[in-house]
Amino acid sequence: MRFIEEYRDPESAKRLAEAIHKTVTRPWTIMEICGGQTHAIMKFGIDELLPPQITLLHGPGCPVCVTPVELIDKAVELASRPEVIFCSFGDMLRVPGTSKDLLSVKAEGGDVRIVYSPLDALQLAIKNPDRQVVFFAVGFETTAPANAMAVYQAKQKGVQNFSILVSHVLVPPAIEAILRSPTCRVQGFLAAGHVCTVMGYTEYEPIAQRYHVPIVVTGFEPLDILQGVYMCVRQLEEGRAEVENQYVRSVRREGNRPAQELIREVFEVVPRKWRGIGEIPQSGLGLREPYQQFDAERRFALSTGSVEEASECISGLVLQGVKKPPECPAFGTRCTPEHPLGATMVSSEGACAAYFKYRRGVQAAR
Amino acid sequence: MCLAIPGQILSISGDDPLTRTGRVSFGGIVKEVNLAYVPEAKVGDYVIVHVGFAISIVDEKEAQEVFEYLRQMEELGELQEQAT
Ligand code: SF4
Repeated sequence: MRFIEEYRDPESAKRLAEAIHKTVTRPWTIMEICGGQTHAIMKFGIDELLPPQITLLHGPGCPVCVTPVELIDKAVELASRPEVIFCSFGDMLRVPGTSKDLLSVKAEGGDVRIVYSPLDALQLAIKNPDRQVVFFAVGFETTAPANAMAVYQAKQKGVQNFSILVSHVLVPPAIEAILRSPTCRVQGFLAAGHVCTVMGYTEYEPIAQRYHVPIVVTGFEPLDILQGVYMCVRQLEEGRAEVENQYVRSVRREGNRPAQELIREVFEVVPRKWRGIGEIPQSGLGLREPYQQFDAERRFALSTGSVEEASECISGLVLQGVKKPPECPAFGTRCTPEHPLGATMVSSEGACAAYFKYRRGVQAAR
Repeated sequence: MCLAIPGQILSISGDDPLTRTGRVSFGGIVKEVNLAYVPEAKVGDYVIVHVGFAISIVDEKEAQEVFEYLRQMEELGELQEQAT
């Protein structure tokens, strides 16, 4: 496919890797924010092409992984109601809540449906006026324009039986939380190309300055990631800390304006709890006042409680780049994609699942 | 989850800017895609699509950047070798 295959060319990848080898003079630790990038790094063995001085840490950029247990429990509660059709992206179904996941609700007869787009859920609501349709609105900035549009159209069309369970998180506050942590080892970031396609990258400029850390907006194919690493390493070697854009074919500095406008129309910035990390101020989106009638938590008056995480799972440390998955004692033994203890093992973009799929048996805790 | 892939617009229908849709081909697999966020997109353009929405138009010129970059690096590499 055009704009995919050419960015997987092994010859060019080798040349980029050589350029990185030539540039590096000392050890550097770089974090890729996005789970999609983590997945590609493992799948294509990109980390194995890099010189030993470069350590790639995997960041918190997997919305499935950071959705708190409380929200999974709420989803389970909603999906169990007979009047509800509960719609979700497929990868949320196996994330463990306190007592069960959405897939077991479905097995027990709950009406849980996998949809491709939030607009599909809206269509379902229009077609089933006697049922309540709830969409599990999980995601980063990339997904926010789609969810905003579904709610906006629901309001315009006066659809009464549609609502969303919101778990929307934002990348820049998470980067700052990582940088502020006393255990932070990250010296440079690869920012997420599709998040920046929507939001642009002006928000990252003050962060790069304040913490003196290079941030390179990077795409998802092997050549993108290698070029992103190269640009980041060059900045580190030269002592620069700027925001650079590797993913120029999709990302413009100001981002996608119409998408941002609709996000701002429907959502406002709110504090959010991240699974494994805790609450981060101003780190997510919630529905604005005029749209709160579409908030499933309000419509169904769901109980709010906070829940303890399974103690064995160290996914919080994995998500912050402090530990790598094979350092977890449960990895690959008590915790596998079939029987996940933590969300980072469920989502294909979770670091634990990526290591399990591509590096099982290999000594990967470099 | 932030997976978004490039596809080519085959046709466009609808005049309402909010519901303008395109038939987009992903290597032969065709899907309906909402084009509200890429108002200037036209038939033949490649768009990056995420959960049924086009979020950007692929800039064909910028898409060559990485290869251009490689070429330049190669030239620089040559220069370095000559200097030593
Ligand atoms: S391997 Fe399983 S238990 Fe260990 S951190 Fe990953 S998800 Fe948690």
